[in-house]
Amino acid sequence: MLKGHQTWVFDTKPVIRASAAVGGPFEAKGALADDFDILHEDVWLGQDSFEKAEKKMLEQACEKAIDKAGMKKEDVQFFLSGDLMNQIISSSFAARTLGRPYLGLFGACSSSMEGLALAALIVNSKAAENALAAASSHNVAAEKQFRYPTEYGSQKPPTAQWTVTGAGAALVSQKGEGPRVTSATIGRVIDMGLSDPFNMGAAMAPAAVDTIQTHLRDLNRDPNYYDLIATGDLGSIGHEITGDLLDKHGIKIPPEIFTDCGILIYKKEQPVLAGGSGCGCSATVAYGHFLNRMRKGELKRLLIVATGALMSPISYQQKETIPCIAHAVSIEM
Amino acid sequence: MSNKKIKKLTPTQQEYKKFAKDRVPKRPVLLNSIRAFIAGGIICTIGQGLQWMFMTYFGFTEITAGNPTVAVLIIISVLLTGFGVYDHIAQWAGAGTAVPVTGFANTVASAAIEHRTEGYVLGVGGNMFKLAGSVIAYGVFSAFVVALIKITIKALGGI
Repeated sequence: MLKGHQTWVFDTKPVIRASAAVGGPFEAKGALADDFDILHEDVWLGQDSFEKAEKKMLEQACEKAIDKAGMKKEDVQFFLSGDLMNQIISSSFAARTLGRPYLGLFGACSSSMEGLALAALIVNSKAAENALAAASSHNVAAEKQFRYPTEYGSQKPPTAQWTVTGAGAALVSQKGEGPRVTSATIGRVIDMGLSDPFNMGAAMAPAAVDTIQTHLRDLNRDPNYYDLIATGDLGSIGHEITGDLLDKHGIKIPPEIFTDCGILIYKKEQPVLAGGSGCGCSATVAYGHFLNRMRKGELKRLLIVATGALMSPISYQQKETIPCIAHAVSIEM
Repeated sequence: MSNKKIKKLTPTQQEYKKFAKDRVPKRPVLLNSIRAFIAGGIICTIGQGLQWMFMTYFGFTEITAGNPTVAVLIIISVLLTGFGVYDHIAQWAGAGTAVPVTGFANTVASAAIEHRTEGYVLGVGGNMFKLAGSVIAYGVFSAFVVALIKITIKALGGI
């Protein structure tokens, strides 16, 4: 099970029986629109608040994933979910609707892979037959909580990122067909002293590097073992820093197999500055786009490294630096 | 741990800060300044036009025309905020839309809109001045200090 210092190897190889991705209007215009199961025209989703809209999106992702697996929600033994709202209300409120035993997670934007790693661990240890892992974020709800009002006219620097409006869910099972979760590396909290909340990519890059390095060392693997290594939401600037930093540490990942969900999700002409961010970013790209590509046979071995910035608006105002984390999960066909 | 200790970064952190800084694109300061100049200039020209209109057609004097001029600019700014246009203009214009009175109207209106879902009292009322509050607080305070200085100079036989 535990290999090296931080890596779990799942000997029964839990299967992702089904997964679902739900997105908002901006994602519908994005580069990966075809990989979403449900796309909404309206950021409100017909709800009367953005927080309720995010909850609704998460519920839909969970229902869709359960539905695609041909199961009923009673078949899911445990529900693991995380999001960016204070007290992870989106996850807990969705769990209220789902009515299944629930573990709430907070790893900021890394919650998506934190959930998948733990779901695989639960299933692998036979503590459950099926576990559902999910994560969500909502652009307006996140902006409201972490930054300024949406309509406030402040000029954002080129390093700023766009929080993805989206939710993703994956149903992990003991039996079935589909991509399999083979190992997971749980990250350490890394703080390299950056404090600019408009440059999260650069703050999170060292955490991604640490986790990738540890993952490869623990499993004694070469980066070329994977068809694709994708970071969660570093954006174009954070991704470049990560590549350079890995180079400096003597790990050469060929650029054609190294990418970032935050870069992939939107089109170049969309005004997202450095790229997408948020739990929904890695969750929708992983559970939608990447798993679809695996099912089509385009990818055999995938490593997703979801990164998270563990700060709050208060810690930022108190001039604290940004502690960051990254969790890696390898999925193989 | 004291604040100073937290602020003190380890050599590795300092090294990384430099490493990251070399790879982060700089804000286009010159371009931003030019855009701010153009946008701010246009807003002020509109204001001047309005003042002239109030003086010519509505019988205001140069001093009394100030109030209706500002009111019109504020109404336009609030409407643009409500229609979701102002933030897009501001991303282009930067300080050009932030500094004039329209920017102040935008901070109040955007915060009020944002917190509508928390109700009119605790939401809109309580959060309306979330961003504008510090401008008002320090604006009033600095005006008070300046007034004190002026009175003191006058009392000492100055201008």
